[in-house]
Amino acid sequence: MNTETRSSSPGPLEQAIHAKLTTLLQPTSIKVTNDSWQHRHHAAMREAGNSNKETHFSVDVVSNAFEKKSTLQRHRMIHSALSEEFATGLHALSLKTKTEAEAMAAAATATATPPTTCPNA
Amino acid sequence: MFRTSLFSSVRVLSRAAPSSLVSSRLTAYRFLSTETRSKLEQAVKANPVVLFMKGTPAEPQCGFSRAVVQILDMHGVPSEKMQTYNVLADPELRSGIKEFSEWPTVPQVYVNGEFVGGCDILIGMHQSGELETLLENNGVIPKIEVSPEAEQSSPVNDKVAA
Repeated sequence: MNTETRSSSPGPLEQAIHAKLTTLLQPTSIKVTNDSWQHRHHAAMREAGNSNKETHFSVDVVSNAFEKKSTLQRHRMIHSALSEEFATGLHALSLKTKTEAEAMAAAATATATPPTTCPNA
Repeated sequence: MFRTSLFSSVRVLSRAAPSSLVSSRLTAYRFLSTETRSKLEQAVKANPVVLFMKGTPAEPQCGFSRAVVQILDMHGVPSEKMQTYNVLADPELRSGIKEFSEWPTVPQVYVNGEFVGGCDILIGMHQSGELETLLENNGVIPKIEVSPEAEQSSPVNDKVAA
């Protein structure tokens, strides 16, 4: 993602998301990205005066706490841990939730398979 | 099932309320009125696919809603089997559906009354093939029988395309 050049230092909400999910999931890896700037033209964000710079986030987390849980259950775990944040301004949260084994399998597939092209191209 | 969901709403409320500043978003966690809850129960079962979104399929007001509309369209979900609700047009629906589903964001997809998930889950299920299976098994889209000849002919098609 190219947001690293844009966000100088993580804001309080980003820090809270990182801290709470680290406590909850004891992750192998966790990446929290603030995507709020991409949504500043949305009606809902304009209505709020664009004063809140922390509304949209993506989280990419690898944790064995997800073992034997469906994606729906994994997302619910995270939503529940962040209920306060959702109640006070967090607007959207895009989640990638993998176990260590799934992350390794995904990385292996990514390197093994050549990039696919559209057959109609 | 509803007993459980009511119970966890209480938990969310007690955790969110004391620590947070007064915010209009807290209304998302108020108790659903019995009337709203029963309306939503009927709504999610009224059509094979029910989508709560921001805007309309023709004019989505949010990229996440747009993505879900496009995925369902790609799978050929017929319009007569799908009902969409624009939560931006109804503040009660907007807060009500979040509590009803115990899911803090929109869009939300239901298939035959069962909550499937939001945008990330739909994208993931689309990529893995689970969504097609789910829609087929629920009679939303017809099953496509793959004959052995069709499978054999696919490499040839690839060659032609390349």
